[in-house]
Amino acid sequence: MSSSPALPLAFDETRRHGGLLSGLLSSDLPRSRALSFILLAIFVLLAATPFLFSGSQPVGTAAKICVFIVLVASYDLLLGYSGIVSFAHTMFFGIGGYGIAIALERVGPTWSSAAIGLAAALALSAVLAIAIGLLSLRVRAIFFSMITLAVASAAAVLASQLSDITGGEDGLSFQLPPALRPAFRLFSEQVLGITVNGRLLAYYLVFFVSLVVFLLLLRIVNSPFGRVLQAIRENEFRAEALGYRVVAYRTAASVISALAATIAGALMALWLRYNGPDTTLSFSIMIDILLMVVIGGMGTMYGAVIGAAVFVLAQSYLQVLMGAGSAALAGIPLLPNLIHPDRWLLWLGALFIISVYAFPGGIVGRLRQGKA
Amino acid sequence: MSDMAVESTAPAELPRAKTDWLPLLLVPALGLLALPFVGSPSTWVTLTVAGLAMGMMIFLMASGLTLVFGLMDIINFGHGVFISLGAYATLLVLGPLAGWALEDSIGLNLALLGLCILVAMGVTALAGAVFERVIVRPVYGSHLKQILVTMGGLIVTEQLIHAIWGASPIPIPLPQSLRGAFVFGDIVMERYRVVAVVIGLTVFIGMQLLLNRTRIGLLIRAGVENPEMVEALGYRIRRLFVSVFIAGSALAGLGGVMWAFYRQTLTAGMGMEVMVLVFIVIIIGGLGSVGGCFVGSILVALVANYVGFIEPKLALISNILVMALVLIWRPQGLFPVARR
Repeated sequence: MSSSPALPLAFDETRRHGGLLSGLLSSDLPRSRALSFILLAIFVLLAATPFLFSGSQPVGTAAKICVFIVLVASYDLLLGYSGIVSFAHTMFFGIGGYGIAIALERVGPTWSSAAIGLAAALALSAVLAIAIGLLSLRVRAIFFSMITLAVASAAAVLASQLSDITGGEDGLSFQLPPALRPAFRLFSEQVLGITVNGRLLAYYLVFFVSLVVFLLLLRIVNSPFGRVLQAIRENEFRAEALGYRVVAYRTAASVISALAATIAGALMALWLRYNGPDTTLSFSIMIDILLMVVIGGMGTMYGAVIGAAVFVLAQSYLQVLMGAGSAALAGIPLLPNLIHPDRWLLWLGALFIISVYAFPGGIVGRLRQGKA
Repeated sequence: MSDMAVESTAPAELPRAKTDWLPLLLVPALGLLALPFVGSPSTWVTLTVAGLAMGMMIFLMASGLTLVFGLMDIINFGHGVFISLGAYATLLVLGPLAGWALEDSIGLNLALLGLCILVAMGVTALAGAVFERVIVRPVYGSHLKQILVTMGGLIVTEQLIHAIWGASPIPIPLPQSLRGAFVFGDIVMERYRVVAVVIGLTVFIGMQLLLNRTRIGLLIRAGVENPEMVEALGYRIRRLFVSVFIAGSALAGLGGVMWAFYRQTLTAGMGMEVMVLVFIVIIIGGLGSVGGCFVGSILVALVANYVGFIEPKLALISNILVMALVLIWRPQGLFPVARR
């Protein structure tokens, strides 16, 4: 496992100490002007979406980006920082979603039942992550990948079959606590031309929780613990020889990542007021996460932000572009099929392969290199 | 399976490698264990034959993957797409020869199946060669990149299948005389499953003979043990690698044809769906072991069938349970391959 993605370890001299921003970002600054600009733009746009765009689609897209930033960042902790490929990440995402959905649907739409659901989901995720880690992380990395794939598929089958609990293929729709419902008004007047209703509060709940979890993950990868993970990724044998218990560190990383994914799942369910196999558990979401991490940039955390934003935007808007292109090429054999709107994944897949070969640092690595 | 043991009569100059009997005994032991729970013997025979057939189909799909891993230390997460590709390749034959499937003549029907298999293996062998060259070759030696890049190859190839054959599922007819079942008293054996058992056994015995009795098999086994040494002795290990990868892809294509006729519908995702089972099987068997893959396939399929009959809800996770039990007993799989 010595040749993991050629990523520079994040040590560098330009690190400044002190300063509020630097503190918030755990001294892991973007280190590229273009990257800083893009990240700032994404942050501002996400923070102000409800005030900038009207209609429900932009806000929905923004909420999805927030959730996926957390999900992808937590996956990056595994893939990019620890060099472990897990296919069970959607399982933890799903556990979070089902935790909220089942609690709110069964116990009632209150904050306390949401808290119970989330706590139960976190506990289940932690136990599962520890079990999988201890069973398979001590053998070889590929074992872990295959076993997580098997476990995740079993979880998906279970969720769709145990329909008494999970609602089966139909999933569960549920009511949110009153403060998050569209009918709720925080103020009687409008603020900046916008009615402050429960939907807006729900969006900001998603936004701020995502932000906090992302900053926490950034803190974790820049802590001594994160440094050990990177050392294990670079040279497992040497890290073990230095006295670090590789299995323990890897298991801890997979637990942290699972917990963050569970929170992301809970946010997703809260935002959609629904959870089902297709929104959180399906294998295609797993593939989406992989694409986002690699295209954004493995082992950078900021790659998660860019990857998620680019991917979700492409998912929502690239298809329109491709539809136009496909129509323009009508009449030529096969070509219109290749840029048919439904084939957008083909091109992202190709981009993914090229990324793995040519720029293992993804978009973020590219931008940082451009600066140097 | 007996052909592995009868060879001890030859005047051996070197001590023969001991056959590991315990995992082999696992299969009959499991069958006997299930008998009292199933109850009626005729149901038991029906379940067992059906399970064996399913096991053979899984073996056909998994054998290529485990062989490639054993020799090249490459884990191909895109293996499933060769299964799908093999399945779709049947359309190339079924298109012009659709009439053959409707004739009620066993000869013509089997010829059609054979032709489908040949064409599918040809297509997947070609695709395998391209896949090896474009996707896999740049990442020899790095498992992490292999997993990522072969997943990428899987996505792209699946999308290409969609682009060429369309995104909606395609029904394919099972040839007329392979439908229905043989009935002996209370025992029911689906005809197609019998065909699957015959083909699976043929491939397994063929592979065993090739690996254990021929020069090329000797080289492959030596390559699994120590590729540098084989290369140092003047053999082109790369050429061997590539041909094994191509053969592995063709085997997946063969498995894909059998699987497609069993499901009687084609979807681009069908290969990836079955990959979970394939991974479980090769983990159980021991990564890189063809014999282990064979035993593992039968074991998984039999357990799924018995448990499905006795306690249907449990069947969904029976595969995982079998895998966990086997790994607790032998962490490297039933037949651990040396060096790894």
